[in-house]
Amino acid sequence: MAFGFVIRKNQYYDSVFLMSVNRRISEVKGVQQTAVLMGSAANKKLLVDIGIQDPQIEAAQPNDLIVAAIAETKGIVEDVLGRLDEWLNGIQESAAPSRLASTFAEGLSIQPHANIAVISVPGEYAAREARIALEAGLHVFLFSDNVSIEDELELKQFAAQKGLLVMGPDCGTSLIGGVGLGFANVVRRGSIGAIGAAGTGLQEFTSQVHNAGFGISHAIGTGSRDLSDRIGGLTTFAALDALEADPKTQIIVLVSKPPAVSTLERLIKRIKTLRKPVIGCFLGVDSGYFTASSGLQFACTIDEAVRMAVAAAGGKPGPVQEDFTHQEQETLAQEMALRSPEQKYLRGILAGGTFCYQSQQILRSAGIRIRSNGPFEPKDGLEHPDRSIENTIVDMGDEYYMVGKPHPMIDGTMRKRRILLESQDPAMAVLYLDFILGYNASLDPVGELVDTIREAKHLSNQRGGSLSVVASICGTEADPQDLALQEKMLREAGVLVYHSNAMASLACCRLLGKG
Amino acid sequence: MDTKIMHLLTEQIIVLNIGLGQFARNMEEQGVEVVQVDWTPPAGGDKEMLELLDNLL
Repeated sequence: MAFGFVIRKNQYYDSVFLMSVNRRISEVKGVQQTAVLMGSAANKKLLVDIGIQDPQIEAAQPNDLIVAAIAETKGIVEDVLGRLDEWLNGIQESAAPSRLASTFAEGLSIQPHANIAVISVPGEYAAREARIALEAGLHVFLFSDNVSIEDELELKQFAAQKGLLVMGPDCGTSLIGGVGLGFANVVRRGSIGAIGAAGTGLQEFTSQVHNAGFGISHAIGTGSRDLSDRIGGLTTFAALDALEADPKTQIIVLVSKPPAVSTLERLIKRIKTLRKPVIGCFLGVDSGYFTASSGLQFACTIDEAVRMAVAAAGGKPGPVQEDFTHQEQETLAQEMALRSPEQKYLRGILAGGTFCYQSQQILRSAGIRIRSNGPFEPKDGLEHPDRSIENTIVDMGDEYYMVGKPHPMIDGTMRKRRILLESQDPAMAVLYLDFILGYNASLDPVGELVDTIREAKHLSNQRGGSLSVVASICGTEADPQDLALQEKMLREAGVLVYHSNAMASLACCRLLGKG
Repeated sequence: MDTKIMHLLTEQIIVLNIGLGQFARNMEEQGVEVVQVDWTPPAGGDKEMLELLDNLL
């Protein structure tokens, strides 16, 4: 075993670019592990964790590129590192956006009519960049996470003073005038406006509206903490005002995890005064909380919110699946019959945080206790995110998995490892995976995992059992990933495919003998 | 209602993209005017220096 590294001073690249380089290097025969990252403190710690330590690495700065490789022979390490320019340039050729500015001010001079800044720099610098953009009078879409709640509050208060909108931080998606920002699906325009503090929840909602034949006017992401007590829904309220006034929006839908009680009360007061129909999908909030006089139609799941929105937009019931077909029911029963007696538990390895949450809600309603790293109730939290207990659903997009690593929607490596780990457990009966399509997500999310799915099924068969694999796909036929092909690959691997997280979660309930 | 947020919703968006180059490319693909800002950690990533500079400005 040999290892080596190269440091390039003052050569900065963004994390998605570096991930692509890392992937290409790691495919070289004989290479066992690679790290291609900038010299931030968190990244340097990652290198220590995989056993790469050196005073030069310790001295590297956030602007310095570090490329490290562990391989079978010294020759391979030298070859890989010696070809670094080839790796970097190979990706750059297809990567450069057409108009470049070296600073924010230069960007504004090139395009003085710019009206929004899309910010995805590392979290520690993100608030500063957002402030600069707001000062210049631009709205902000803040994709970066790891921004403090103090900074978030200050940014949103400043934006409110200036009449500007801050979507985020930790804002995964928005659709503004039909343009997808961040992780966004390709959906037609229409009369349904959405506001979401839940990124994948908003993607699921907008995709399903499209798949039902309807369209979205705008979908405004607010950031996951917007409805907390501390932030008080500053972006949500601004978005409500705007969608109420927007002539293209006829129906308003809110999608979120549970808001803070005081914020929810203020939100309900505001909704009562709205002149447009409002549908609220507050996952985890009891429907009894909303009275008929609240002016809000309450949806327990995202699927239900879609059905209500489509009906309000003049659609007939039917396009969004509500129950299993006869054939689906038979398939589920057959899957259960093949199982060995020791196979009892569900393992959900999810990329979408909202999906992790909604799945727990649905499975709990069916009387199934679910443990998670993002639990519904603290008592159901995992002691360690890497160790499942009985029925477990893991949010692989959780911060714990994200330090120096790409989001599982972009790269399937972390999920692949977790699936292999779970497949060692003979008690696993059902494996549930979500696949999220759209701009900026992996171009082949199923292709990344399908061999691992087959391997997990094979291991189970070898033990005399049969592993049921359930998948949900969030996406549309217009997304860059070929939805039909992704679905076909799953079905050919013996996976039960559903078009929503809610239906896939109900299938998991059935496979566990409930619901 | 004539507000800046309404203008954002009703007019063509024009983007300054600060960070992931892939975002800029995908927005361009959607026909959006985008300027990519070639961002690097300010003050070479030296936080103390950055604070000092920000205070001076």
